[in-house]
Amino acid sequence: MSTRAKVEITVNGRPTSADVEPRLLLVHYLRDTVGLKATNIGCDTTSCGACTVLLDGESVKSCTVLAVQADQQSVTTLEGLAELSPGGEPHPMVRAFRAEHGLQCGFCTPGMVLAAVSLLAEHPDPTERDVREGLEGNLCRCTGYHNIVRAVLSAAGKDPDAEQRREAESDAARIAPAFSTGEAGA
Amino acid sequence: MIPVGFDYARPDSVDAALALIAEHGEDATILAGGHSLLPVMKLRLAAPELVIDIGRLTELNYIRVDGDDVAIGAGSRHREVEVSEVLATEVPLLPAVARTVGDPQVRHRGTIGGSLAHADPASDLPAAVLALNGMVVLRSPRGERSVPITQFYTGVFSTVKEPDELIVEIRVPRAGAQLSQGWAFEKFTRRANDWAIVGVAVVDGRVGLVNMGSTPLRASATEAALADGASIEDAAALADQATDPPADTAATPQYRRHLAKVLTRRALQTASGG
Ligand SMILES: Cc1cc2nc3c(=O)[nH]c(=O)nc-3n(C[C@H](O)[C@H](O)[C@H](O)COP(=O)(O)OP(=O)(O)OC[C@H]3O[C@@H](n4cnc5c(N)ncnc54)[C@H](O)[C@@H]3O)c2cc1C
Ligand code: FES
Ligand code: FES
Repeated sequence: MSTRAKVEITVNGRPTSADVEPRLLLVHYLRDTVGLKATNIGCDTTSCGACTVLLDGESVKSCTVLAVQADQQSVTTLEGLAELSPGGEPHPMVRAFRAEHGLQCGFCTPGMVLAAVSLLAEHPDPTERDVREGLEGNLCRCTGYHNIVRAVLSAAGKDPDAEQRREAESDAARIAPAFSTGEAGA
Repeated sequence: MIPVGFDYARPDSVDAALALIAEHGEDATILAGGHSLLPVMKLRLAAPELVIDIGRLTELNYIRVDGDDVAIGAGSRHREVEVSEVLATEVPLLPAVARTVGDPQVRHRGTIGGSLAHADPASDLPAAVLALNGMVVLRSPRGERSVPITQFYTGVFSTVKEPDELIVEIRVPRAGAQLSQGWAFEKFTRRANDWAIVGVAVVDGRVGLVNMGSTPLRASATEAALADGASIEDAAALADQATDPPADTAATPQYRRHLAKVLTRRALQTASGG
């Protein structure tokens, strides 16, 4: 059983092709067949988002996509992000993660960055809450969410301090007056 | 986790897909978005010999007004339902429900047809289509038939769909001016992108329940009380009648009964503009 299938996938702008077993997962195609190791496998159960890549521009969890499903489509991994950015500069999202210190151990980072790129493509002018909700499919075991959210806001051209202050104030306003809020602040 | 080996086919039309299903029978499985099937195959709880990928059939990918209904191609992704302008105007409940399914990555892949076919009672869209009194359009080499969603589900992961049938379309009545009592969706989860512990979809005085039994259910006692003029509080207090909620690590059946009543009250209040 299991006849091999030929796939042709454009990865980071370059054509790739291989005869693969249909059961090969896209993440294994990227890491082992093409040799691009930035895409991590965390949970392998569609929960953590570490394996997030762009498939025809949209974020997907590559542990839950077969390589054959991506045949004749294009994939962007962290290695290829520079190509989406003018002049071969690091992609603005990558620069924002660096500037805001949006990573600690870095394991979640490739998936986080690609999920964030997809989020801004769909939501160019997000609030803090939009960013947090838009990244709900990505877990950071270092719990570095605060700076990750700041990085995404900054990549969207927003002032992270102002956005986080506004969100904290609106959170405080939603909480019943009898409830102790401590210090509301970013 | 790696699935058991299988053969893969990506037919280029619905008719070609139907012919393949007819030819291979129970050895074949349909793959749409893969966001229920692939996890199950990776756990080796399913090991089909042939996977027939319908996920890229543009024929199944549309959302359009058709007479008194909105017709939704079975291959429409959750994200497409979420942002559909037709649905935003005609059936605003559906985009609101689609927005709560999983996370953006899941919504970029999963399809409404796959969600309805999978028949997981914890899924959100089936209960929403149930509250909308929708129809499921099935096609096989023998022809096409429409099944009211009220008669579609027979148990956990099971429906009246025959093995050689594909879901090709979901039809939901256009709300328009008939929507006298509003709509709302309440979903209770422990974590942001989780499945509902309990969910409640309300539209025009009808109430669909997520995860309160082996199939999506209607809160019939609540609906009847509302029709008889009961207050929202009194009607919502009946929301767990004739349900059989599951026990799992997230909640006990008693807790789910409590949630069903509270969420039904909240959804009815939101739907009535309160
Ligand atoms: C991390 C995660 C979180 C999720 N969270 C939620 C959630 O909160 N709420 C929720 O409702 N769902 C959730 N889901 C499930 C998601 O919505 C799935 O996309 C959906 O249940 C199945 O759709 P699919 O297109 O991916 O179907 P597939 O996985 O491709 O198929 C599922 C089943 O349906 C059959 N099938 C598919 N399409 C058809 C068709 N047109 N005709 C006949 N049979 C067909 C297949 O043979 C298979 O048996 C989640 C999934 C994941 C991975
Ligand atoms: S490895 Fe794919 S979601 Fe965790
Ligand atoms: S930086 Fe360590 S997991 Fe996110």
